[in-house]
Amino acid sequence: MTADKVMSLSEAVKTFIQDGAHVSFGGFTINRQPMAVAYEVIRQGIKHLHVYEHSAGQALDLLIGAGCVKVVELAYAGTGRFAPTCIRFRKAVEAGMLMVEDYTNYQMAMRFWAGAIGLPFAPVSSSMGTDIVSKWGLSAEFRQQNAKVANKKLVVMDNPFARGTKEKVVLVPAIHPDVTIIHVQKADPQGTIRIEGLTFADVEQAKAARQLIVTCEEIVPSETLRADPNKNQIPFFIVDAIVPLSFGAHPTACYGYYDYDAPHLNYYREIAVDEARFRQYLEEYVYHVNGHDGYLDKIGHQALTRIAANPQLGYALGLRRDEV
Amino acid sequence: MAYTSREIMAIVAAREIKDGEIVFCGTGISLLAAMAAKLIHAPHSVIFFETGAIDPQLLEIPLTVADPRVMYGSSINAGLAEAFGLMQNPLIGPKVVGILGAAQIDVYGNLNSTCIGDYWHPNVRFSGSGGACDAGSFVGRTIVFMEHERRRFVPRLDYLTTPGYLSGPGEREKAGYGTGGPACVITDMALMRFDAQTKRMYLDKCYPGVTAQQVQAHTGFPMDLSRASSLQSPSQEELRILREQVDPQRLILE
Repeated sequence: MTADKVMSLSEAVKTFIQDGAHVSFGGFTINRQPMAVAYEVIRQGIKHLHVYEHSAGQALDLLIGAGCVKVVELAYAGTGRFAPTCIRFRKAVEAGMLMVEDYTNYQMAMRFWAGAIGLPFAPVSSSMGTDIVSKWGLSAEFRQQNAKVANKKLVVMDNPFARGTKEKVVLVPAIHPDVTIIHVQKADPQGTIRIEGLTFADVEQAKAARQLIVTCEEIVPSETLRADPNKNQIPFFIVDAIVPLSFGAHPTACYGYYDYDAPHLNYYREIAVDEARFRQYLEEYVYHVNGHDGYLDKIGHQALTRIAANPQLGYALGLRRDEV
Repeated sequence: MAYTSREIMAIVAAREIKDGEIVFCGTGISLLAAMAAKLIHAPHSVIFFETGAIDPQLLEIPLTVADPRVMYGSSINAGLAEAFGLMQNPLIGPKVVGILGAAQIDVYGNLNSTCIGDYWHPNVRFSGSGGACDAGSFVGRTIVFMEHERRRFVPRLDYLTTPGYLSGPGEREKAGYGTGGPACVITDMALMRFDAQTKRMYLDKCYPGVTAQQVQAHTGFPMDLSRASSLQSPSQEELRILREQVDPQRLILE
């Protein structure tokens, strides 16, 4: 059996995420985003990140707003009813403060997939004839100067196996993040991972990365996970750090444990549009709390109880989702 | 019976969904339409989310496609690669109807959900494609929700995010698509469809109290009005189901 990989949040971030790192965050918009890690990255003052996302949400918006991100390759940035377009993302792009490369969700998922299985690219058949093909956000010079960035956004080619009718495929380059961070329900100390509910592209993102940080709601004994291995998704040997963090995805949801914190996300939408109030939010919820436990104290027992998942349904039935 | 724009839009879209169809659903009003269709006339339709949730039991309306409400009671809970891969499969994709929204649309039903102004220095930045471009590339037909304003119905998109009929007849095929394209556009004023030959948008039905001339005045390109007729108002039963069963908290209806 390999070593115990359990470590603290601050140690995991300090060890594996450096200035200028290429990173990907798991989850999807308002679900299972590794928020505690995003807050810790902000607290440690890590800058110039190059981020890969399919459908980004709360984690990316905070990181951008706090000035941690230089480049993002993504398909989407929004949190549905809470913010149709992520607010700090939108402001940063409109102010020319962020370099953006646009793909589709399937293309980003397949870029992680190619990275996960060691292929240089993946073929997909979406986006032909659109500006996703014709407009490149990252310049040729930037791509040239950065060895970790693919030398082309994508390539459109004829299907080499086609007979007669002309078919096209779009080749999208593999992604190999320096580090991927995912938040899951259960892990054992060695790193066998169990995700409950939708996996999104977490498994591909995990396998594509050079290093992998997994935060989890609970650490469970290996025997428990291995008693039902069909429910596990990630083998222990690709995991570098396991960080137990109850409510580690708050204010996003974690199926089976808690819902998204709708009042908090409604509050965030209000404050994020205003520069001074956003700074104040960072001070209150990120910089001036004592780590993750301090953050949960700040959120408060009442708020956390309100979003506790119904054990049968996996979410908080009847949660008021329209209030601050 | 009085109703709001969102209510009539959701009901008009729901009527487009046939029983037994697979419905690719995005965030917001498209969910109202899909859930209403299932409760009103299409009990065997399947709601399909790009996140990988297939045919969930939706006891409450999800606020995004990653809402934990989409994970309960589903046929399978998968991931993005699998969900989009199913739609890309030419044996399955043509059976899927996709519901999309956008910031801009042109006469051929191409959509912009990326930005207003120059891509590299946008005046307004939106969320980006998400799965919209994939759905517009793969599925048999799409239903598009729009707010009916001249600045949204434009002669030329600022950014083409999702393919409609591109620059006209035969262009989807030339670009390498097997099938698909937009079937209709549903706004707060009217229902538009696309001509089988020219692939241009035409006015099919005006909502009660709206004239074809008013629709044209809100459209930034010339539209064929010659086929226009009046739309049947939402029935009491349609509105009751939408209000009482689909979105009782009015999370999306407001």
